[in-house]
Amino acid sequence: MLPQNLQADQFAEYPPQAKKLAVANLAAFQQLPLSFLPALLRELIEYDFKFPAERAAIDQELANLSSLSSTQITEWFHSFSLLSLSSKLERLDWVNNPAQFVEQESAYLWSTHQLDAFRQAATNYGDRLRSALPVESLPVHRLGIAVIGQGVASYDMPLFRNLRPHGTYFGQIKPDNGLELLLAAVEARAKSHPTPYGHWYVDGGQPARQSLSLTNVCYQPLEPVRANLLKYMQTEIARPGMGPEELRSSLARLRPTDLHMDKVGDEVLDRFQVKLFTEGSGTQIFSTTFAQWTTREALRRAQPLTLLVRYAPRQRQKPMNELLSGTNANAELDPSGSLVDADMAAYYHWINQQRLLGAEQSSFLVWFEGHNQALVIAPSLPRGVQSDSALDLKGLLALSTS
Amino acid sequence: MGQSSFHSAETMRVPAMGALSPQEVARHLGRSRRDFLRDAAGMALGTLLMSASPFVHAATAMKKRKVIVITFGGGARDQETFAPEGQINIPHMLGELIPQSSFFTQVTNHGILGHYVATASLATGVYETLNNFSAVPPEHRTVFEYFRKDLKRPVSDAWVVAPSNGFNRIGESECRSYGSGLGARVILPKHLLSAATSGSNADYGHLLRDNYETPLYAPQIGGGEFELQQLEQILKLSVDDFKTHARMLSSPDELSVYIARRLMRQESPSLLWITMHDIDIAHSGAYSLYIDAIRRTDRLCAELWKAVQEEPEYAGNTTLLILPDFGRDADQDSGGNGFQHHRTGDPASRTTWMMALGAGVQPGVVYDSPVQSIDLVPSIGAIMGFSAAQAQGKPIKELL
Repeated sequence: MLPQNLQADQFAEYPPQAKKLAVANLAAFQQLPLSFLPALLRELIEYDFKFPAERAAIDQELANLSSLSSTQITEWFHSFSLLSLSSKLERLDWVNNPAQFVEQESAYLWSTHQLDAFRQAATNYGDRLRSALPVESLPVHRLGIAVIGQGVASYDMPLFRNLRPHGTYFGQIKPDNGLELLLAAVEARAKSHPTPYGHWYVDGGQPARQSLSLTNVCYQPLEPVRANLLKYMQTEIARPGMGPEELRSSLARLRPTDLHMDKVGDEVLDRFQVKLFTEGSGTQIFSTTFAQWTTREALRRAQPLTLLVRYAPRQRQKPMNELLSGTNANAELDPSGSLVDADMAAYYHWINQQRLLGAEQSSFLVWFEGHNQALVIAPSLPRGVQSDSALDLKGLLALSTS
Repeated sequence: MGQSSFHSAETMRVPAMGALSPQEVARHLGRSRRDFLRDAAGMALGTLLMSASPFVHAATAMKKRKVIVITFGGGARDQETFAPEGQINIPHMLGELIPQSSFFTQVTNHGILGHYVATASLATGVYETLNNFSAVPPEHRTVFEYFRKDLKRPVSDAWVVAPSNGFNRIGESECRSYGSGLGARVILPKHLLSAATSGSNADYGHLLRDNYETPLYAPQIGGGEFELQQLEQILKLSVDDFKTHARMLSSPDELSVYIARRLMRQESPSLLWITMHDIDIAHSGAYSLYIDAIRRTDRLCAELWKAVQEEPEYAGNTTLLILPDFGRDADQDSGGNGFQHHRTGDPASRTTWMMALGAGVQPGVVYDSPVQSIDLVPSIGAIMGFSAAQAQGKPIKELL
């Protein structure tokens, strides 16, 4: 089926809010090329379980599409319409399974050497859409904090190498009570600027504390979910005919209750956490990867105003099958390797933060936990320099956001 | 600011190099490698050198010519290797290999960026479209078939040492019109070790890591694999000796190099293809493990080159070609997650390099003219004296 043949009743299986939006925008959908529309529906079908920032983005995109004339739609999507898709793809139920369609479309584009053209079309569309949307202001400048190196007594190699050209390095920080000071500051921001899913605390291990004013995502408390997922994966793998693509599709269908998550939890956040494990690569086995991927996905999806991420030591590398079996409860840890992981992850945290609205005014702080090294990137601070100021973490944070 | 519906793997935001086209970014990557090598290793720019290559007087030596290809699955990016901040990770390549090599700074892969399909493309000279996660043969003729048929070489003269079960069919295409049984023999060291230990992997688990792209899947192999009894017949290695030595190794690629060295000693194949895989641990997202693997691969490449010098059958008449199958995603590409994957198809993930050293190679030269990964097979054909008729690439003129 092609988009021009779409009917309102084909969205009957969509969740209520997604269905309402789909029907309201049906006329626009009917004019879009097949190479594009399922990617939009992949987002729309999850609308009821998305973060506010994502819903706002979908609302804006749909409003923009519906405002375009037929001529404008033809022009906007000309590059997409030049892509050739197979009749097999056309026959898929892309209305109800848009994610699976996009996955198969991606494989087809790779195999027919059309991926570069698709990338270019997608990039151009994204740029054009952004320029067409109104620029909003944030209630407070965005702040990112990364706490790395938990459990490392000493480390001789230079830290923050990728970040140093962009900020000020502090080598005389007073580490006392540092994590508590940072958490208290984040909580204070949350109370001053209350926004749903606007202020996050991510921990790659056991959380220092669960704060009611923050959105908490922590590796250790999710251990039962992770264990259930690994068990599910092992069962699926053993099924006849199972392959990588089939497993991926199977994982994509998992819901929080399938992994025995609390039924009275926050469904938006629970779904987010399940996706961290089912869509992430390595999140199931390494806590550093989990924290990094959570950071990336939180920034991409929820676009928080504040995001504090604390890294914990991951388990030492072992054979992949053993890691995935999830049988070793007392895994040996690798604190030094985890510090290297987290140092790079902090760089990616900053890069992902800089992709969001208000990048020019945002601040970023990374601290080697328990030690006197930190780095701050902020509009008010010079780049590529070193400071010997003997600040505690509260003072450093105040300097970052001043 | 709103996100469009394209904000995951399909989308590329503006890269750090601003509004450059993919071709310009690829050229920039190549030039960066060239400038770095020229500064660090004192290498000359190839275009300034004489046009006549040592290959022109190679005709009489053609019969003895041997070629070893090392590919590594999951390329290492410039910032972890050839950029100034990465050089700490490649001391052997930098100090020992590059000064002896012709270095091609800009090798692009326009095909599918999955390790098996990309390696198959390297081996056929055609951008293959097979399922990356299935143990299926390449669709087009392989370099091994061209080599053996054209030069009438026995089966013992072409070998592949491959990292995971998924590679067991890479030695011979499904192209039956060319004849069957003309491919290379494929040895899977991990499969061999697993068989040698009868599935009891307590001491060897670290050597049996498999397929980081889909760590859960090691396809069942259905033929062409190296049988255990051949351990003694061909490698002249008892099961006990093999197990004892394996216990001293630290990674799957170390095991592969160990097997390759045994093959060189016992079989002396003229065409030996070794596929490394440790670097692809990057898919787990642990940056430190990715760096460790780069350092190990750097060391192993130097060890293998040293072995070439030590083996009488290889010393002086062997050309070694080292290249990643492709790159990895750039940090700045929002569709990816930096070093972890190679999913975006951005210039960083498509652009890599190649090092040629040994017989017939002009040492200490950098070539920054663009070549494609599918040019490898026709180039090997030109070096060894066979025609890669079905390959879509073309011989690299700097190697002729």
